[in-house]
This record gives sequence, structure tokens and C-alpha cells, in this order.
Amino acid sequence: MNISLELNGRRADWDVEPGEALLDALRRHGVLSVKRGCDTASCGTCTVLLDGMPVPSCAVPAPRADGRAVTTVEGLPGEAARLGACLAAEGADQCGFCAPGLVVAVVAMSRELADPDEAAINHYLAGNLCRCGGYVSQTRAIRRYLQEAR
Amino acid sequence: MKQAGGMSEVGRSLPKIDALGLVRGTPAYTDDLAPREALCVVAVRSPHAHARILSIDATAALALPGVLAVFTWKDVPRVAVTRAGQGHPEPSPRDRFILDEYVRHVGDEAAIVAAETEEQAREAVRAVRVEYEVLAPVLDFETSLDNPVVLHPEPEIHENFPIGFEPRRNVASAYSMHVGDVDAVVAGAEVVLRRRYYTQAQQHVALEPHCACTWLDVHGRLNVMSSTQTPWHVRRIMARALEREVKEIRVVKPRIGGGFGGKQMLHGELYCALATLRTGRPAKMVYTRREVFEATNTRHPMRLDVTLGADRDGTLRAIDLEVLSDTGAYGEHALTVFMVAGAKTLPLYNKVEAVRFGGRTVYTNRVPGGAYRGYGAIQGNFALESALDELADELGLDPVALREKNMIAEGETSPIFAIMGEGTEGVEMIIESCKLPECIRRGKELIGWDAKGPRREVAPGVFRGLGMALAMQGSGIPTIDMAAATLKLNDFGSFNLLIGATDLGTGSDTILAQIAAETLGVATGDIIVYASDTDRTPFDTGAYASSTTYVSGHAVQTAALKMRQEILVEGARSLGCEPALATFDGNEVRGPDGAITLRDLSAKLLYNEHQKQLMTTGSHLCEKSPPPYMAAFAEVEVDAATGEVTLVDYVAVVDCGQAINPNLALVQVEGGLAQGIGMALWEEVVYGPQGHLRTRDLMSYKIPGREDIPSIRAELVESHEPSGPYGAKSVGEIGIDTPPAAIANAVAAAVGARVRELPVTPEKVLNGMGAPRGQNR
Ligand code: FES
Ligand code: FES
Repeated sequence: MNISLELNGRRADWDVEPGEALLDALRRHGVLSVKRGCDTASCGTCTVLLDGMPVPSCAVPAPRADGRAVTTVEGLPGEAARLGACLAAEGADQCGFCAPGLVVAVVAMSRELADPDEAAINHYLAGNLCRCGGYVSQTRAIRRYLQEAR
Repeated sequence: MKQAGGMSEVGRSLPKIDALGLVRGTPAYTDDLAPREALCVVAVRSPHAHARILSIDATAALALPGVLAVFTWKDVPRVAVTRAGQGHPEPSPRDRFILDEYVRHVGDEAAIVAAETEEQAREAVRAVRVEYEVLAPVLDFETSLDNPVVLHPEPEIHENFPIGFEPRRNVASAYSMHVGDVDAVVAGAEVVLRRRYYTQAQQHVALEPHCACTWLDVHGRLNVMSSTQTPWHVRRIMARALEREVKEIRVVKPRIGGGFGGKQMLHGELYCALATLRTGRPAKMVYTRREVFEATNTRHPMRLDVTLGADRDGTLRAIDLEVLSDTGAYGEHALTVFMVAGAKTLPLYNKVEAVRFGGRTVYTNRVPGGAYRGYGAIQGNFALESALDELADELGLDPVALREKNMIAEGETSPIFAIMGEGTEGVEMIIESCKLPECIRRGKELIGWDAKGPRREVAPGVFRGLGMALAMQGSGIPTIDMAAATLKLNDFGSFNLLIGATDLGTGSDTILAQIAAETLGVATGDIIVYASDTDRTPFDTGAYASSTTYVSGHAVQTAALKMRQEILVEGARSLGCEPALATFDGNEVRGPDGAITLRDLSAKLLYNEHQKQLMTTGSHLCEKSPPPYMAAFAEVEVDAATGEVTLVDYVAVVDCGQAINPNLALVQVEGGLAQGIGMALWEEVVYGPQGHLRTRDLMSYKIPGREDIPSIRAELVESHEPSGPYGAKSVGEIGIDTPPAAIANAVAAAVGARVRELPVTPEKVLNGMGAPRGQNR
């Protein structure tokens, strides 16, 4: 079926399968920052903004993106560069597989929460798993990013 | 800017060189880079834990649109291989085929389908009709030895050298060694403690699932891109399995989304190759998370029997460690993981009069065991460090004091170093760096060991307890791990660093560039790293056994020293002076009468005078394996009514020698701790009564999330390993080793419940509290 969405600020007209996940449709169309880390909407590596709300794109049927705005890390280059610099400065980035989804989620959080403390950050980002680090360096980097963003 | 010790690049927390690209989502992993037109390869997987395949009917599947091929065991060479990515010849038994007539665990490959799209391939998988003769499975590893059900009756399988392989008895490997007369020393000891511990199967859960793709290049050679830790081992094992020459295959490793040992085995590579070789088309295989759980590997579960003989004053006199290890359906890393349970724990307490280690690994119809960070050391550590705590309790000693009295120190050795290698003999080694006393002192201070005391009631029925554990690991496998690096000088002064070392996300590309830059005297930004390509970079055994910094780092340093010398010689020639009179500071070559910058010299060398390419190669064979050390302290809170354990604080102080990049070293420790905490408290691969996995996704198998991990505080102590590059040892694995023991010890301190079977669940804590005190404390 045909859908038309706003992908990272540009209109995209796609032919998708009715049962296809938005994640798979994105990757099929060359949007490769979104990753598949699980089968059960549990890991957050596929996080995108759907009309500004962070969602696991593996759990969103592609047809539901029809007429809506989808944002991936490719559409957030400035935020990705700034958060990326903070992650790198803390040594918090390891394999990087979780990073694009994390950036998207952090951007959503920074728009939604005024001044989140550590517990609020951990709660908001609970769905974004990382297997390489112990989260503490990541949290330090995220706080630094939020501070710099203010 | 020069730092302490005169170093300007080593010892700096530089950002990872690939960090920004990865955060931006630049295509970098295998599935991002696989050719768009690649066929999708999907396996037909066994629904039975143990069965013989009577027939496979692929007619209906082949008739479906887009389906190009279906492979069964009859279509593949009958060559026994191991899938363990280890040196040649492998210390794991060759007990596997690309596809076999038997399936030995739920999820084992019965057939392989290749189709144009993933949907079509999955449709075809459902259409393949497999008729099975279901066989009785062996699911309990304690009943495997000499069980009438034999997992591996096939005649072609074999060991490459004596590893105690007895497939008719379901034994994949066996080993024993002793120093002194353990029984006699135990008999004469004032106190004897005998305890049995169990460790569970843990899954790596690298967030990037296993993935491989293959294609034929213009020369008709088979190209393989794989999310692997060991490109050279993959190439060699593929050549054997496919009955091809090694030279016909190229293996490339792109960015890897985490490995932790889980990518030290071959998975999809061989199946993609079947499809590409048959059709001439590129092919890729991307594992689902369920397939990662059902059909890759886990940590080997173990039963560990510890006997300690000691005197009342806390002098440890004998240690006996007897291990039964469950290698599941295939013997991947069976011998070596099991040996490391002793080899990288027992030398911690080197002053004993007698020490014995032995046991077996046995087959069961479960997911095969494999390499996993810690590699046996975490299992051995849980048993030994728990037992020491139990002994301290019995003797009425502070657990720290007991360890301090008996632990290894700088300038000392252990006979075990020479006796036990990984699958072979080891090498003698004097410990030249061991900062355990500093690690302990600092760790006690950070956790408040003396101030808080072992146990406090913080609310009615809620207790806090402190526990600790020491750990050691290694730095590469002596006489086996070999790495090489090539440096190429480019016009206008930059260098290509070509390395076989495989960065799995650890940052090893970055730290190896730092070592090259330090040695050359240039900035790390002038080093362009290209890694892990069997055609285009020199050899490296791979990223495992905590080898990259120590072994590959050495190779890089050697290549860079040679490059310095060549630059000096060419610079002197250009200046018209003797090389002995010239100096090179990374920026310019200076002679008595003038100087030439590296920038100018490098351009001249390629375009203008005495034209030649400067290219140097260093290789390094690991000759010893200096252990990194760690002291770790856990504070837990236990609700005595529910048995619920909350980790409140975890402090880890590590001696990894000189950290090449302190931030990256620390996050290695933190990441290892998180996985170790997961193993201590939650993670467990669970099976149903027929051998079906109950934990096959991230909902049923819990890895630590960010709300589960408390304040982890990792620190590095100052240390210098004389045999390491710039004083470095390894840091990749040590972080994972301590949490199971330290947390179990803290729980015992808090509420008296001694949990000897991982993970430490509320039920086990409650059960432990119910037992009479004398047995527990
Ligand atoms: S892929 Fe794991 S949450 Fe979507
Ligand atoms: S950096 Fe590897 S999963 Fe987060």
C-alpha cells in the first residue's frame, strides 16, 4: 500500500506492506540509523520520533506513519553531534549500536522535561538499553548535554 | 602537551575515533553495508532438543516465489569442524558439520533457505517439510557422563590434539593437574571447608544480533563480511568446512555492535557462503533476537566443588577445585573455558602448599556453550571467592584480612602459570605488576568497609550488608596470540595504520592509534586506522582473551619504532648527514645543519627525490600474560521478609597497568561490571522440560537496564607493567569477574543467606535464611 509521510522534514511516498514494521520500511528505504536489536519492542535501538513522540519503530506498523512526521537521527544532525561529543568526552560510547536510538530519545526528553534529575533521566530512558557500558558514563554525558543545551 | 612520564598521546582520554560517525547513524555495521540485492538466508530450525532427520521435502518451498535454494545435510561437505574461533589447530573438538543428519538442541539448523526477500525466505522455511525421529534428550548436565543417550555417535568427529575428548561418554574434554599432595595437606589442615557452587548459562545479548553477508568479487573470490571477533579464524574454518583453499576467501570485519565473546564463533557465514556459491548472488543472514538466544552460544554453566584447607590463623594451605562444565550440544571453547576457571583464579592465592584442579566438560541437548567475557574465570571466581568468605566466617576473620594474608604479590609467581595454559601448557611468569594492596585500600575507603561494618539494619527487617571479592584475568594467550600491524607513510605526513585487531566497540582502534602516535611523536589525528580485513591488513588472532591492548598494542609499537627509524634514515639522507647525527621529534628530522619537516619529507619521498614508499610492519607474539587485578566491594540491601536484593553501591578498583586511554578503560570496567551484576542477580537462560528455551527474548531474559544499575564506581590505580606497551596490561574482561561473588558475599553478610547457585534470586535468599545458622555462617 502507498503511504506518504514527512521523513526528517521531507515528504516521502512509499509503497509498504500492510504488516511491515516502520523500522523495516525505514531500513528498506536506506534510513540505516535505525537498528533492530530485538523482536519485542524491548531495546530501544529503533527509537524514532512519530509526530514528536519517541516510539520503538519496530512496534509501529508502517501504514500508521501515513500522513505523519517521522524523525530519525539523520534528521537531528546538530543534536547528534552535540550529544555525540558529550558521549565521546565521557568515553560513554562503545559499540555505538544503541547510540542513534538514544539520541532520538534524549532529544524527546529534553523537549518534554524541563530539568530532569538523574532518576528522571533513568526513568525516561529506561527503554533504551546498552549492553556495552554500565550506564553511569552515559548518564554523565547526557547530563552534560542537557546542561550545554540550556 | 607532554604529560606525566613524558607521554603526550598515551594516557589521554581521547574521544573514540569512530564515535561521532556511529552516533550519527552512519552505515557501519554488517547489515547496513550488505549489498542491497543480497539474497536473504534463513534457517529451518529444529523444534526438538534431540532428533534424527529422516527426510526433508523442499518441493513446496522451492515452488514458492523468490526461493532460489534449499540446502540440507546431504548438500554440504561431510567435513567435521568446530565453530569456535580459536587458533590452529583449535583446542575445541571438531564435532560439527555445516549441516548434519542429527539436530542436538532446539534451534539447531536442520536446513537452509535462500530467497530474494526476507518475507519469501521465512515463508519458504515454513513450507519445508522435515520428518524427525525424536530422540531422548540429555538436559541435565549432571546426568550426561556415561548416559545411555550419546549425543555424538558420528565417526568423523575428532580432537586436534589430546583434550580428553570421549564422545561415547558424552565428554567433550577433560583435564586435571596438581601441585603437591592436596589430600595429605587437607588432612593435616586445622580447618577444612568443602562447598559446592553452581553458575548458570548467561547470554551475551550484544545489541547487534549476529549478522554476515557474502558475495563474489570480480576475481570470483568469496568475500565475507561478518560481525566477528576473529576474521582469520573465520576464514580458515570456512575454507575447511567448504573444502576450499584459504586463499579463495576474504573476510572483512566492519563495525561490530558488541561481541563479549559471542562473536568468537562462526554463525551465519557458512550458510551465506552456501547460497552465494550456489547462485553466484550476494547473500546475507541476520539473526533475529530469538535466534541469537536459541542458536548461538551461552556462557558454560558449571558445577564447582571447592575444598579449602587452612590453619586457624587464616593461612591457606590447600585448594582443590573440581569442575563439571556443560558445553551443550557442541564443544565450542569447551576445554579452554573450563581450564580458565582454574588457571585465572587459583594463582591469586599462590602461597598454598598444594593445589589441584580437574574435571570435565560434558555434552547436553542445550544451546552450545561458547566464549563469553570472563571465559571461565567468572565461574571459578564465584566459587573460590565465595568459599574464601565462608572460610573467613568460620575462622572469625575479616574477609579482606584473609585474602591479604594469602594473595599473590609483585615479584612472586605461581606454579600454575607454567602448568596451565589454554588447552596446552602455560609459561612460567614472575608477576611484575600487582597493585592489589592499593586496590583493596582504595576500595575499602570508597565503600566504607571499616566504618559501616558487615551488616546494618536500616529499617525494620531491612538489612544492608557489605561483601567483596578479588579477581585476576590475563593479557592474551602466551605462545598462541599473535598480532601484526603495518604503518604506511603518506604524502604530507599522515600514516595509515593497518591492523588485524578487531574493535568490537571497545575502542581498540582508538587506543592502537594512540600507541602509534605516541611512538611516532605525532598526533593521534594523523593516524588513519583501517582494521581487520584478511586481504588488506596483517594478521591478528582476534579480539579475545583480553589480548588487544597488550598483544596488538605491542605490534603497533614495534611497527612505529621501525617507522621512526626509516624516517630518520630518509630524513638524514635528504639533509645530507649521517643518520646517527639526526633526530626526529615527530614534527621534523633535524641534522647538524638544518631540518626537514615530516610533511615535506613525506611528499618528497613520493614525488621528488629518492622516491620510495615507507612501510613498516611489526608483529608480536604474546610471551607472557600479565594479569590485571581488581578488588571489588558491593553493598546490598536485603528485605528479610521477601528476600528481595537491591544493589546499593558497587566499587571496583582495577590495576590494568598504564591505561592507554583512561576513559575507555574505565567504561570497559563499568560495562563488565554491569554484565557481571546481571549474572549475579537476574540473567539466566531457562529451559522447559523438553529443552525448549523459556528465555528467548528481552522480555523473558532480563539484562540490566539503567534503572537497575546503581552507582557503579570504577577507579584505576597507578600501575606499570614492564612487559606491556607503555606499561599496559589488559582491561576488557576483568570487570565482569567479581559481581557474582561480591554480591553473594554481601547478601550473606546482610541476612546470613549463603546463595551458592547463581543467580541470587529472592527465593534462594529466603531459603538460605531459613536454614540453621551454623550451616550458613
Ligand atoms: S528493535 Fe528493539 S525496541 Fe525496536
Ligand atoms: S554502546 Fe554498545 S550497546 Fe550501547
